[in-house]
Amino acid sequence: MAKTVSLTLPLSRKDVANLEAGDEVLLSGPVYTMRDAGHERALQCLEDTGQLPFNLEGATLFYAGPTPAAAGRPLGSVGPTTASRMDFATPQLFAAGIVAAIGKGKRSPEVVQACKDTGSVYLCTVGGIAALLAKAVTASEIVGWDDLGTEALRKLTLKDFPTYVAVDTKGNDLYREIETAAQ
Amino acid sequence: MNADNPNGAARHSSGGVKAAGPLAADTVAGAVYDAVRTCAVTLRPDFRRAIEDARAQAAPAGRTAGVLDRILKNARIGAEDAVPICQDTGSVWVCLEVGEELAVPGNIFSGVNDAVARAYTDGALRMSLVRDALFDRANTRNNTPAFCELKLVPGAHATLHVLLKGGGSDNASRVVMLPPGAGAAGVRKVVLDCVREKAANACPPLVIGLGVGATFDKVAGLAKHALLREVGSPAASAEAAAFEEELLAEVNALGIGPAALGGSPTAVAVHLETAPCHIAALPVAVNMGCCAMRSASVRLV
Repeated sequence: MAKTVSLTLPLSRKDVANLEAGDEVLLSGPVYTMRDAGHERALQCLEDTGQLPFNLEGATLFYAGPTPAAAGRPLGSVGPTTASRMDFATPQLFAAGIVAAIGKGKRSPEVVQACKDTGSVYLCTVGGIAALLAKAVTASEIVGWDDLGTEALRKLTLKDFPTYVAVDTKGNDLYREIETAAQ
Repeated sequence: MNADNPNGAARHSSGGVKAAGPLAADTVAGAVYDAVRTCAVTLRPDFRRAIEDARAQAAPAGRTAGVLDRILKNARIGAEDAVPICQDTGSVWVCLEVGEELAVPGNIFSGVNDAVARAYTDGALRMSLVRDALFDRANTRNNTPAFCELKLVPGAHATLHVLLKGGGSDNASRVVMLPPGAGAAGVRKVVLDCVREKAANACPPLVIGLGVGATFDKVAGLAKHALLREVGSPAASAEAAAFEEELLAEVNALGIGPAALGGSPTAVAVHLETAPCHIAALPVAVNMGCCAMRSASVRLV
């Protein structure tokens, strides 16, 4: 039976070990935004220096490119982009210390395996409701790669940001379970 | 008939057809600016009503109702706070339908890119375009260029369509060249395969634009134009309406649901546009419209 859990970021592997696919998770604390260009940059950065502009250990990635500040909020709107486009880099980033990633849509078998191997989770959130999700973001600052525009590396501070566990540390996969159940 | 055919355009801009009213580049640019600003913060009203209807039919305590409630709440926040309803404020797709009795003066789209740049800056929208798909993926930083087409239609009116198209839903779309023998069953399989494989990336509930016919390049345009049709309005023919209804039922039987978190609806409409084609061909295009459906159609003349 799916449960609702509130977690404070950054996470430890222990924090996510008991999460199960389908659980609702409310996140509070810092996440780092990275999309397509950011992932390419991150892999290059890891190869060159062995680190990223933020502490990887226990960090959560959010696959998102926000709109600028608006309506008195640090971001006008922000929501998940398609996670599968980051599949090429995710196993390596999980191995380097990332514990969770937030996006939308199915992941590759390699990413599901990486969740099992490293004890990391893939969280999904609803796409197309970015004005609402922006209300769960209390701060935003650029920490690197400013030349990438909306794809710059940002640290966002979340407050009860709503997500679901899409792939848990045992490799259970919410999207595929839903698909299979309907067939 | 499509006026990106240079012969057609030349005939109407230079040859003796009396203009029924003024159609100026400034008018088009101004309308594009207004449409972008409005669309970015507004869930299309017909689509919103379809979500409201779906919400009324959902079990109140379930995940489906929760997602639909959030889509509706998001639309309210967008309208009240004038913030974008989706962070992907899209590429700008513009179609100007011009009545054949009108003259098209010079480059009717000459002010569009400037209007887009101003609208995206003034509206604090996201700049989501790169200079070249393959060789220079630097952000253009003003969301230009817009992707424009001119279409000749019967009559003496001009209508501007502006669609803000998100990357996720366009990526979840496809063109397939079927053999004619594949028939309706083949078209059905293309739609259902596309939804099964890609709907989770396209932010359901969807409007599914389905183009069948024309040529390899034009069939995608049919599917895109189909997204402009009012959700819930009837198809051009009874045959098409029946096929749309059948496809919608089958799509929703997949159980993918809002946000692909299970349940129904996966789509609120399938809109089909068909066209003539070559004896050897059965072109099919699926263009996914996401749950942040944003477009406007404005009569200019």
